[in-house]
Amino acid sequence: MSDHVQSAGPDISGPAFSVETVLRADNISKSFDGQPVLRNVSLSVERGELVSIIGPSGCGKSTFLRCLNFLEIPDSGSVTIADDMILRDGGAWRARDEALAHSLRAHVGMVFQSFNLFPHRTVLENVMLAPRVVKRTSVAVAEVEARDLLEKVGLGAAATRYPGTLSGGQQQRAAIARALAMRPEVMLYDEPTSALDPRMSEEVLGVMRALDAEGMTQIVVTHDLRFARAASDRVAFMEGGEIVEIDDPEKMYEFPRDSRTRHFLSSLRR
Amino acid sequence: MNNSGVRPVSVWFRSVMLSLMTVSLLFSVSAYAEPLRWASDGTSNVPYTFHDPSNESRMEGFEYDIMQEIGRRLGRETEFVQNDWDGLIPGLQRGFYDMVIDGIEMTPEHTQALDFSKPYYVTSERIVVRRDQAGLDSFERLGGHTVGTLKDTLAERMLRDRPDVTIRSYDEESNAFADLKAGRLDAILLDGPIALYYGESDPELRLVGPPIGHLSYGIAFRQGGNVALRQRVDAALAEMTQDGTLHRILARWNLWTPEMAEWSGDHSEPMIEPVEWTRYLAATAPSRGLKARAERYIGFLPLIFRGALMTLAVSACAMVLAVGLGMFLALVRRYGPRWSAILAGVYIEVVRGTPLLIQILFIFYGLPAIGIRLSPFVAGVLGLGLNYAAYEAENYRAGLQSVARGQTEAATALNMTHFQALRYVVVPQAFRVVVPVMTNDFISLLKDSSLVSIITLTELSQTYVRLSSTYFDYFGTGLMVGAAYLLLGLPFVRLAKIAEKRLSVGERRSSADH
Repeated sequence: MSDHVQSAGPDISGPAFSVETVLRADNISKSFDGQPVLRNVSLSVERGELVSIIGPSGCGKSTFLRCLNFLEIPDSGSVTIADDMILRDGGAWRARDEALAHSLRAHVGMVFQSFNLFPHRTVLENVMLAPRVVKRTSVAVAEVEARDLLEKVGLGAAATRYPGTLSGGQQQRAAIARALAMRPEVMLYDEPTSALDPRMSEEVLGVMRALDAEGMTQIVVTHDLRFARAASDRVAFMEGGEIVEIDDPEKMYEFPRDSRTRHFLSSLRR
Repeated sequence: MNNSGVRPVSVWFRSVMLSLMTVSLLFSVSAYAEPLRWASDGTSNVPYTFHDPSNESRMEGFEYDIMQEIGRRLGRETEFVQNDWDGLIPGLQRGFYDMVIDGIEMTPEHTQALDFSKPYYVTSERIVVRRDQAGLDSFERLGGHTVGTLKDTLAERMLRDRPDVTIRSYDEESNAFADLKAGRLDAILLDGPIALYYGESDPELRLVGPPIGHLSYGIAFRQGGNVALRQRVDAALAEMTQDGTLHRILARWNLWTPEMAEWSGDHSEPMIEPVEWTRYLAATAPSRGLKARAERYIGFLPLIFRGALMTLAVSACAMVLAVGLGMFLALVRRYGPRWSAILAGVYIEVVRGTPLLIQILFIFYGLPAIGIRLSPFVAGVLGLGLNYAAYEAENYRAGLQSVARGQTEAATALNMTHFQALRYVVVPQAFRVVVPVMTNDFISLLKDSSLVSIITLTELSQTYVRLSSTYFDYFGTGLMVGAAYLLLGLPFVRLAKIAEKRLSVGERRSSADH
């Protein structure tokens, strides 16, 4: 394992996992104020997969997602994305760890429930900001790319508007374009449609389906069980800080193996 | 890469401190240039040293003339330093200037604390009353009346021995005479020159009774200070008394008195016209007619303009300091290491918990005790700026807190460093919240800058005191100076309105999110 900590070259075909595995979390644990929220959660995701994580509120699914790009620092466990790995063993979070997290986050984009667009900048500037600041992309290049992305999410006409003047669905699509501008290999979605009405949700889900078709790897924490079933390659059901069951959606929805999964799915279907 | 949030902040801090130190060094060096520096309070100080009423940018007065003559005889340039009456002696002891000449009486108390030259003028106390007032023409007859005088003068001490007199002591003689005319006082007991120039020149007032008591004015030096200089000044004064130069100066001001003849043994009567006295009478005569009044007010404009410029300069520099330091303190308090956050907190509490007036006095008069001498301008800017920085820091802290946590998270998820998130995402949004409060602060700083007049800066309010006390016109000049403050503040009021408008738009927008 320790060989991979230092590896920075293009060689991602190490013996620990297959070429196709783009993200892997091992034994992630996390407590808040001594209260365990995640207990040894592991997940590995293949390139191009769309994995949905479902489960009751408070089951730890959002915390798990936020641990994948270290917005939340796990107490223990490891996260490997592309060729970057961070191993946590309960020690303090140091400047060196922050530097590692910085290179790991370069592979990951994230979309939030409340969009978190920057209200003081236009939609176009929202998309251009990180490439300009973090990657030092020139204005001309950043703007061309940003306009392409906005076109792609159907917001070409809204480029010069401020986020506050857009509908929720438009804002969330702008947030997706903003994350895509950093050219991530993996997209993380934290309840992307929970703040939206069904029509706006559909706009956002449409974008996510299109990205899936292009081969983007996506992990979606969601309450939208219909979307999870229809669009996911695999669905993970979490409860009590653990992944109880992870499977093909049709199999899981029709024949849940665990009684907790069965109970959760049936209670919502009623 | 690691900790990149911390480094640029400390670089700012270092460069700010460096430039502050450079500026203070420059000023402290220039304070020790060559000319003979003498101080007086040129405000409301006729006929000692005052601003020529017909040309406010020029100084004159009998003491002014005496100092010019002494400078000539010593072969040195002279430089007049304006200071408040209360600050004259502290300033002398701090070495801001070589000597003070401002009608300082050579009383036993004074000679214990200061070194004096030989007297350059001897006089007595006189009574001034309203023209229609009768029966108050001797010291004895003041009993049962309300009598005004100046603080810390022989006249005040004489009146203290009279329990039957109600005493009112003033800082500015012009205020005393205004009260006499308004009927708040029955009489004024003051040094001969003041009584003559303020009482006799005014058609509503008159001098009555014989001279009372005896007093001598001397030039004050720091105790144990420059003895050689004092001896040379004494020699020059002795020469001037001998050859009649002093007599001529005083006669031009209509101030040669029998007491002077007695003291100097010079009983000659050269036919010298009291030209300065006549000129003063003409310049201050109440203007007749609207046109003359308007012309006088127009004559004030350049002076008020210069005062306004100084007010604006002090305020603007102080605000720049306050914004920079305030931002630094707020960031350190919210994001810095624990010890620095505590230090910033202590600074803010101490500065907010003590009066601005004390802070300014401390910086100007207190710091020289540990070797830090600042020019009045730098001291004023520092006093105001350091004070307002504490308030700004609290504003900014509130502003930073008002930016939602999700904003920082989004920035972090986009792989910005801590510093980049602050610089591009958090601070700009906090700034929008804070701007209306900041413009308000700047307007109140503009007004608080009047406090720096106590450390010898001639800004707007000092200009007001000077003009109004020269002409006894508190009303007209007050309106003019008030208007000047309003005009200075107006652009910022407008700015505050615009900022508030923009902010309210932002609020409406963000409420659409939910």
